[in-house]
Formats: sequence, structure tokens, C-alpha cells
Amino acid sequence: MYQMTGADLIVKLLERQGINTIAGVPGGAALPMYDALSKSEQIHHVLCRHEQGAGFIAQGMARVSGRPEVCLASSGPGATNLITAIADAKLDSIPMIALTGQVPLSMIGTDAFQEVDTYGLTIPITKHNFLVRSAKELLTAVPSAFRIAMSDRPGPVLIDVPKDVQNQMVSFEEFPDVVVPDAAPSFDIAAIEEAARMIESAERPVLYLGGGVIHSGAAHMAVTLAEQASLPTTMTLMALGAMPMDHPLSLGMLGMHGARYTNYVLEEADLLICVGARFDDRAIGKTAEFCPNAKIIHIDIDRSELHKVKNAHVAIAGDVGQVLSELLPRVKPQLRKRWLSHVESLKGRFPLAMPGVDNPRSPYGLIHAVANCLDDNAIITSDVGQHQMWVAQAYPFRRSRQWLNSGGLGTMGFGFPAAIGAALAAPDRTVVCFSGDGSLKMNIQEMATAAQENVNVKIVLMNNQSLGLVHQQQNLFYGKRIMASRYERPTDFLKIADGFGMRAVDLDPAPNPRVTLAEALNTPGPCLIHATIDPNEFVYPMVPPGAANSEMIG
Amino acid sequence: MSEQNTNLSEFIPDVPEHNGFTKVVLELGVANHPGVMSHICGLFARRAFNVEGILCMPVGTGETSRIWLLIFEDERLSKMIKQVEKLEDVLYVNQHAGEHPVFGRLDEFFQ
Repeated sequence: MYQMTGADLIVKLLERQGINTIAGVPGGAALPMYDALSKSEQIHHVLCRHEQGAGFIAQGMARVSGRPEVCLASSGPGATNLITAIADAKLDSIPMIALTGQVPLSMIGTDAFQEVDTYGLTIPITKHNFLVRSAKELLTAVPSAFRIAMSDRPGPVLIDVPKDVQNQMVSFEEFPDVVVPDAAPSFDIAAIEEAARMIESAERPVLYLGGGVIHSGAAHMAVTLAEQASLPTTMTLMALGAMPMDHPLSLGMLGMHGARYTNYVLEEADLLICVGARFDDRAIGKTAEFCPNAKIIHIDIDRSELHKVKNAHVAIAGDVGQVLSELLPRVKPQLRKRWLSHVESLKGRFPLAMPGVDNPRSPYGLIHAVANCLDDNAIITSDVGQHQMWVAQAYPFRRSRQWLNSGGLGTMGFGFPAAIGAALAAPDRTVVCFSGDGSLKMNIQEMATAAQENVNVKIVLMNNQSLGLVHQQQNLFYGKRIMASRYERPTDFLKIADGFGMRAVDLDPAPNPRVTLAEALNTPGPCLIHATIDPNEFVYPMVPPGAANSEMIG
Repeated sequence: MSEQNTNLSEFIPDVPEHNGFTKVVLELGVANHPGVMSHICGLFARRAFNVEGILCMPVGTGETSRIWLLIFEDERLSKMIKQVEKLEDVLYVNQHAGEHPVFGRLDEFFQ
């Protein structure tokens, strides 16, 4: 027989679920949970400077570990500050548990101090959510939250716990079992056989990998499939690293900022094998003109993704890894010399242009200089904007979970706290966050957290004193009318880092920026690496929003 | 990224001006606790999928409820049903013809 408060029970259940680190910000309605945490010997609490930072730190941990990680906030503004990070986790299918304090049950609905309808606010941005009405309910709600977050297509789950429920005593006989993911849905072998026949008879097949391949831990099987059937392979932003960028079959990233040849190869495909991807508009451009001549095989664990955007000729609802392991032995080895040599010739004629790649003071050159200082063990995060697309195009990703970025929601401010989370989850790795001056400012307060935790995170700041991608679009599509995308007043990021207790180096005055960069990247601990870039450098090629992928500019 | 795709209608079909005239009745088995209705109604509202009628009552011991929805069929219906089935609190979804008597008998209360 056990007896304890709801708050103590929450902490015990988290510990039993293997949680070692929680990112959060305390506040009135969360104080009983914080009091319970003070007694935990297992859980290290990372005090963040803003709840959004806590949400992205939890995401960074989860994106590296592949299992649910936890963020914690108080009621009202604490909960609303978490919302962006929760929505971001939903769109990228990241397992995360958000715990929020709430005003006492009797005060719910009275506009009490720091009361907000957290449950109602988070319905559309969570995979599921709970408003716990008794301490006893925690015995089912907390394990269910973990099970839901990590089963099938992963996602964020929120548990809102009123303060009196945290304080309420609860008695119970046994702790609930530690939960594991539900078994993945079973699928039809006949569909697998049909898919194998389609792959065999296709003349110009393309393999299209999405983030589901990473979530499922199936990258090696996807690469084997590509090699066995000689399939040119493109990856979404979320799947970069699933196949090494330097693999002979890799076409790199597709879509809005994909290389010309990649989009041209897709246009010629007669079979598209979509694995764990969802035909996002940034990847496929104008739907009707994407792979116009291709039959489609679509494999996804989320049944509602099948036929959602494009009708599939064969649709298989199942775990990507399980489906591929059934598909592989049924796919006959083929050489496809003609198709592969045609792909090679397109690659030769329409390669990704990387102007300035030898100059470390230009975007592509800086990215390559960073990559040259690191090996595949490093983790790369990015914020959102031009720098994100340049890194996605140019960084030599070679393994799953090497690349963390906000794909679906496109949240500026993601990269730095996610990097802190990644470093907490993998303390033996170097974590580099590519950021821009617009994005970095959106969670810059977490420099204090990084300094406090002494995490091995390096920010590579590409400073063009503007909101670069907005600036680019205004130049290209809005008659060069630059509105609210240039920062008139420069920010001294070096002083800011210094103020937060974080080391900072500036590549601008460095006589040999490669040497300064290498020294900064190889020194343990957090560091800001500042580099000015030209605001008139644009990301090319670019498919105008709403256009077909064949209509690339640049 | 900053710019909205201006051509979302490419893959989220426009809300039909007339949702068609074929009515469909959906029968949902759901867990019975506060909040389930808002999960379900939110899905329809977000997609501007017009729900003509809603009925909800607990079943048996009250562990579960049954929700009846009267909607106009349009081409998004099958996608909509798949989204509803994904909700954790939804146990099953059955589709019936619009003539199902569950709503017809209520007419007298809406005169």
C-alpha cells in the first residue's frame, strides 16, 4: 500500500518511466510539483528562462533520444508560453509530455489569477490531452500520456494538473506498469507484394523518404531498399541524414529549395515510393503537377495521411520499419543502368549551385567550414529561415537524428533551446546550432540556461541584420518593397552572450576565420560564433509559393 | 518559413458553396468524460465541415457515450472520418445513410 500526494505520485511515475531530465519554469500553480521534484534523486531539473525554451529543450532531448521527454510549466502564462513548442512537436510528430499546473478545481472557470483554459487551448495542437480531476486519475493519465506520445505516429501530450489535485493524498496498492509503445498496426502482405511488383516493373522509380523513417529507426532499411532496387532517393527536410548525402543514390532534399536536378528527376518519375512522408506543400509544390506521371506507393503509420494529398495506387498503413522488412525480401535486385545514368546526367547539368563554398565568410562556405571541423557524431540544429535552407542543402548529413529542425511549424527560436536539449540528452556530442539574427533573438534568453548547464552547444550565427527569408520574398515577389524585414539598428550579440555568461567569438575581424572557427568548435562548453553575412545573399533555387516544383527561380 | 502557401486549395479542397444535399449520419462511440465533445467538434469546425445536428447521451453504465452527427456529405468525408478515428477518446465510427431515424424522430422538438 502506497500513500502520497498527487505531486509526489507524478514525480514517481516520471521516474519509473525513465525520465532523468525535465526542463521547466516554476510558478504558483506548479509549486507542489516543484516541491516533489526537490525530493527526487533521479530527475535533474533544468531551469529555463522562458517556458517556450523549456518546451524546445524537451523537444531537443526527444529528437535525439527518440522517446518522450518532459517539460513543466505553471498555469496561465506559463502554459500559454509552452504552446508554440507543443504545436511544433505536433507538426513534426515529436513525442513530448507537457505538464502544466492549473488553478484549484473549485476555481476553474472563475477567471482566477493565472487561470487559462489550457485544456481547451491545447486540443488542436496535442495528440491528446488531460485535465486531471483527482490524484487517483494520475495513476492512469500519466502512463497513458507516455503510451500515446510514443505509440504509432508520435506526438505531444499535455497533462494539466490543478494545484489541489497535486496536493491531494492518494492511496493505491501497486504502481501502474511502466508503459511501452503499442504494437504497430498490422498490414496486408498482398499490398506489399503488389508494391514489390510495381517497383520491379517501374522504369523510372524514385524513393521519397520522410521523417517517419527517422522515427521508426528504419533508415538503414530504406538505404538497403534503395541499393537493392537501384532507386534514386530524395529526402524531405525532416528525413535528411536517413541516407548519407554523399551516397551515390542520394538526390538530396526535394521541394521549394531542393536542387534543380532533384525536382526534375521527380518530374520524370513513373513510380514514387513515399515512405513516412506526407506530401507537404513545401516539398511537393503544386499538388497536381508533382510527379505527374508517377504511380504512387505510400507507406505511413498514420492511416489518415494515406490518400490525403495525393491518391496512392498502393497504400500501406503500418510502421515503416516493419513494412520495409517485409518488402525487402520481395524486391528483386536491379541495376537500372539507363535510369541511373539519366539521373546522373541531370545531376551534372542541373546541380545544386553553391556560390562561395570556398569562402568561409559566405553562407555555403561557412557551413562547409563548420562541417570540416566536425565528424558524423556531431548534432546539427537550426533555426528557421535562410540559414536553415542553406544548411539543409549543403551540410553533409550522414545519419539519423544528426539533424534537428522545425520542419512543419517552422518556428523561429527553435534551434538554440533544441540544441541545449540535444546536448543534455547526448552530453558526449558536440551540438552546433545554425541560427540567424532574427531567429536567435526569439529565444536568446536561454543563453543563461546554456551557461548554467555548461552544455557543449555552439551557436553559429549568420548575421545579416534582417529577417532574411522575408527579405528575400519581398525582393522576389513583392516588387522589392522591403517592409519590416530589415533591422535598422544593429544588435551587439557578442555583448549579449557575454552578459549571459557565454563565451563568444567573432569571425568578422579574424584574420583566418577557419582557424578561429575550429578553435571555438573544439573548445568544450557553450559558445556563440558570430559571422556577418551579406543580406542580399538569397537561397536558390526557389519554387515560388503555390507554383509547381518545375518552376524554380535561380 | 515565413510565407503562407497561397494555393492551399490545391490540397485542402475549397469548402463547397453548397455542401451537396446528401445527408450522412455518423455514429461515434466515445469515452465519456468532459472535453470529448470539444475534441470532436473542433475537428469539424477547423475544416468548416458543416455539422447539421448533434446528439450525445451516455451508454450503459456511463463509461462511454454515443454521439450521433448529422452532416452533409462532401468529398472530404472519408478524410474527415479518418481524422475522427485518430482521436484517443473515439472508440469507433459507423457511417449510416441520412435517412437513419435517429434525427427524424426529433423533428417535433424543432418546430
